[in-house]
Amino acid sequence: MDVLTPRTLEEALTLKAVRPEAVPIQGGTDLMVSLNFDHLRPEVILNLNEVAELRGWSRENGVLRLGAGLTYTELLHGEVAEALPVLAEASRTVGSPQIRNRGTIGGNLGTASPAGDALPPLLVEEAEVELASTRGTRRVSLGEFLVGPKQNALSQDELIAAVVVAPSRQPQTFMKVGPRNAMVISVCSLALVADREHGELRAAYGSSGPVVGLVRAPLDEVGSFAERVAAAASPIDDVRGSAAYRRHALGVLAARALERCLA
Amino acid sequence: MTTAALSHGRAETATRRHDAVPKVRGEFAYANDLRAAGMLWGHTVRSPHAHARVVSIDTSEAARMPGVHAVLTHDDVPGRKTYGLDFPDQPVLASDRVRYFGEAVAIVAAEEPEQARRAAEAVRVEYEVLQPIVDPERATESEPLHPPGTTARHGFREDPRPNVVRAMVVTRGDIEAPADVTVSGVYEVGQQDQAFLGPESGLALPDGEGGVDIHVATQWTHVDRDQVAPCLALEPEQVRVHLAGVGGAFGGREDLSMQIHAALLALRTGRPVKMAYNRQESFVGHIHRHPARIWAEHRATKAGQLVSVRMRILLDGGAYASSSEAVLSNACSFAIGPYAVENVEIDGLVVYTNNPPCGAMRGFGAVQTCFAAEAQMDRLAAGLGIDPVELRLLNALEPGGRLATGQVITGSLPTREVIRRAAALPIPEPEELPRDVLRLPGGAGNTTRGEGVRRGVGFAVGFKNLCYSEGFDDYCTARVRLSADGAAEVYCASAEVGQGVHDVILGVARRELGTDDVELVTGSTADVGSAGSTSASRMTWMAAGAVQLACRDALEEQERAGGGEVDVERVYRHPRTFPLDPETGQTTGERSHVAFAVAAMRVVVEVDVELGLTRVVWIGTAQDVGNALNPVAVEGQIEGGTAQGLGLALMEEIQTRDGAILNPNFTDYLMPTFLDMPPVVSDLVEEPEPDAPYGVKGVGEPPTVVSTAAIVSALRDATGRELARVPVRPDDVVGL
Amino acid sequence: MKIALTVNGEAREADVWAGESLLTALRDRLELPGSKNACEQGECGSCSVLLDGVPVCSCLVLAAQADGHEIVTVEGLARDGDLHPVQAAFADAGAVQCGFCTPGLIVATDDLLRRSPDPTDDEIREALSGNLCRCTGYAKILDAVRLAAAR
Repeated sequence: MDVLTPRTLEEALTLKAVRPEAVPIQGGTDLMVSLNFDHLRPEVILNLNEVAELRGWSRENGVLRLGAGLTYTELLHGEVAEALPVLAEASRTVGSPQIRNRGTIGGNLGTASPAGDALPPLLVEEAEVELASTRGTRRVSLGEFLVGPKQNALSQDELIAAVVVAPSRQPQTFMKVGPRNAMVISVCSLALVADREHGELRAAYGSSGPVVGLVRAPLDEVGSFAERVAAAASPIDDVRGSAAYRRHALGVLAARALERCLA
Repeated sequence: MTTAALSHGRAETATRRHDAVPKVRGEFAYANDLRAAGMLWGHTVRSPHAHARVVSIDTSEAARMPGVHAVLTHDDVPGRKTYGLDFPDQPVLASDRVRYFGEAVAIVAAEEPEQARRAAEAVRVEYEVLQPIVDPERATESEPLHPPGTTARHGFREDPRPNVVRAMVVTRGDIEAPADVTVSGVYEVGQQDQAFLGPESGLALPDGEGGVDIHVATQWTHVDRDQVAPCLALEPEQVRVHLAGVGGAFGGREDLSMQIHAALLALRTGRPVKMAYNRQESFVGHIHRHPARIWAEHRATKAGQLVSVRMRILLDGGAYASSSEAVLSNACSFAIGPYAVENVEIDGLVVYTNNPPCGAMRGFGAVQTCFAAEAQMDRLAAGLGIDPVELRLLNALEPGGRLATGQVITGSLPTREVIRRAAALPIPEPEELPRDVLRLPGGAGNTTRGEGVRRGVGFAVGFKNLCYSEGFDDYCTARVRLSADGAAEVYCASAEVGQGVHDVILGVARRELGTDDVELVTGSTADVGSAGSTSASRMTWMAAGAVQLACRDALEEQERAGGGEVDVERVYRHPRTFPLDPETGQTTGERSHVAFAVAAMRVVVEVDVELGLTRVVWIGTAQDVGNALNPVAVEGQIEGGTAQGLGLALMEEIQTRDGAILNPNFTDYLMPTFLDMPPVVSDLVEEPEPDAPYGVKGVGEPPTVVSTAAIVSALRDATGRELARVPVRPDDVVGL
Repeated sequence: MKIALTVNGEAREADVWAGESLLTALRDRLELPGSKNACEQGECGSCSVLLDGVPVCSCLVLAAQADGHEIVTVEGLARDGDLHPVQAAFADAGAVQCGFCTPGLIVATDDLLRRSPDPTDDEIREALSGNLCRCTGYAKILDAVRLAAAR
């Protein structure tokens, strides 16, 4: 096993091109568990902690570019939180302060788990993912990026550079169900935006299907929307909860979220 | 009365635990912190199947791998091939068969941990997978998992069915006596884990003369030694077990984990060998709380007097016996709670299955039956239209009354006082909305701002014995060396697992010897006789008794000799107990249990009834604690024990499929966090125990026994649902 | 592989296995076993350390990622032999039982009180929600944090 630590994005992309099997590590909150429990022994680990270009965020013409290395702690407060309250609310539900200090938005995308807490907020805010390689950069919508449970659209030589999102600045909220009151992987979660500007409701559910799913409807179909969200999900029974409960809870969450956002 | 919602004032004046400073500095040496020059790392090869025949084991490739010094299997165990706390039914390393998921099959020692892991992976084990027995209801109709009679001839009731670890009946009076009302129910308790934070770990050092020193986190060094030595084909003196720092225990360290394995590897390689489980391995490295299925029928007069109680208790013992027989006995003996009932029929059974092995965990059988019996009492109160607290007061068992086992209570048992005082604790007013989501069900998950939230108040009473029972020769040894100038060294092997027994010992010695110049030398089988186990709420009592006795005799001897140095070792025994009659479960002497403790608890919850999520708002408890030697430590036991009961009520369960554990990690085995635990108001009911030194009582178990029942009582009040199973799942609350 | 880092103010080097965590490196290579390994998946906080001044679970940091960085462990909090005020408060309030969670809680509490010297109970509970304690039920820990803040 080997650890490569590039200092610039260019160097990182070159290394990824030469060693496509390299497994990237940023905050380590997913990968380290696999290493500690002897579930994974990659040949090469690509440590992205020292790549300054992946850190921080910027704004251009009202569009936010969130570096892949942005941590949940950085999403909790300040300008990004004001622009994307749904993402800030989701960040507060992620693990503990220690986890939020390390876990990154890019890591959440890379893992592409249906339980990823940042994913439903980004989906309802119609975010795009910026993927970089020595061949150049490309942007894909988050919906296209998430291709299956823990599977994403990254090519072997690509790294996640950033998330790009034009905040809707419409009423929005995030809710996450877990059997204890902190530090829990979601049994199911829901992000919702009541986008009055476009006359649209958008909801994204987590942990209730193979990928995080998006449901849209015209604003005037609010009466049936909660049911539609519950019906759109395809949850399974697992160690964290039952399919029946998840479907039920999604309906409750959606109804409450609508009340919050349309009040 | 001592109320401790906020104990600033007391904290300012309390003395620090003797181990507090090294612990807060990070300098306290836990078992996993030990190292030795030339040390190797051990690793265990474990079965991925809950039930299989071991066809072959090929260690040749593993043995050739870099850094590997030894790969051992069943054939390399030089002495007895099996061990066990009560019955030697568990193989040191599996020979022809594995009976549970994670059973040890081979062990490896290598220079580096990663080399040991890779070598363990390279051990080729061929299994022929067998159908696992996973339903305890069907265990007695299935193929036997152990040779017949494995647990027979222990004075238990004869039961020829296969896979019976112990069957028992406790019966008294006329179960058909006329009554006005009957309530019945079926209750289930899931499998809880001790989840102590410091995983199993230890270091074995060969002594160069064929013997071995084992430094390990355990609850009873001497019984470890007595199990280890025969398997190594050594004399007990050749195996010295030393207590290393213990990161919590709660019953989970009563059985052996890595002790024999590390010793085998150390003796084979001639090098020190350290073994340290990770969390995943820890889940298969120790026994768990018995899952239970309990049918109960309570009958009473219109006025609320209990006429009869019938219960059928089935415990899933898992693959090996551990202390299952004693857990069952406790479950049956205390099944009806601290209530006076003349007519009783309790039918208990604990069986072998291919599920994870079960044994001791804080509460030891009483947790499961308290959950069922207290639900029955609530149900009876509702059926009769009597206040639940009044119903309990009306039936309270007090000194002079009889247990289900026929034993007359002679010591302290202030049941009514405890109930009255818990019921009198003022509960907080409902908090206004809006409020921070942290103070709502669902917490940080932001799931409600008040929608769907209902409040409930619950009450329960828990009851359990103190010390070992049924004729077990239970004793504790202490040794005191007094120097001519009055300085003292006190030796006692009692295991400090975090509860504070070492401070009890120091306090007793200082008081008895009249000097502060006392040093405690702990925990080695080489220096002093057995202290018995840190379990059964016995250690404070027993250690205080032994140290008191040794100190007094040391002073007397020094006086007799006219000064000079003395060195005395004394053995303390609590009042003698007698077996239960195998046919009736009635005591065959004055008593089968030594003494008792009772706790009552009042709980306020808020439940989001649409999502099934719960916030426990407040807990108030009154507990019979005897004479509280250290009130801060007593409160700490109550608060911590309550948290474990809260965990069982709301979230903690080992889930299995075909015997395999599905959630052997802290991501999916959930324990209460800071945000799940409410403030606990503890009212200490201090009535000295006449049979105990200084009138002490053990205090660690009653809060765990009562809190699960009390919390679910509050959930029932909030939701109107039966909630007959713990942990209560969100599905159960919303009615899916 | 070799890493060089600053631990508790001291320049240190360690030869680590590429796949091992900072926690393992601290405990087994640098002889600083104060940080505890209870879960090794970031759920319990027992391994909390400051990484460049920020509290993290050292079990979730690859040792190689700490190369060139500054670490403070529980062993680095006491100054000149005196207990750190948070350490003293934990000892005084009866917040220590088995003590396995204590080092991580002390690191996390120290961070909380530096950010928020007079925290509310809710703040304390949220800030420490990533530190599991199996012994105390958290009541005495809450007392200890209040005591440390008051002092």
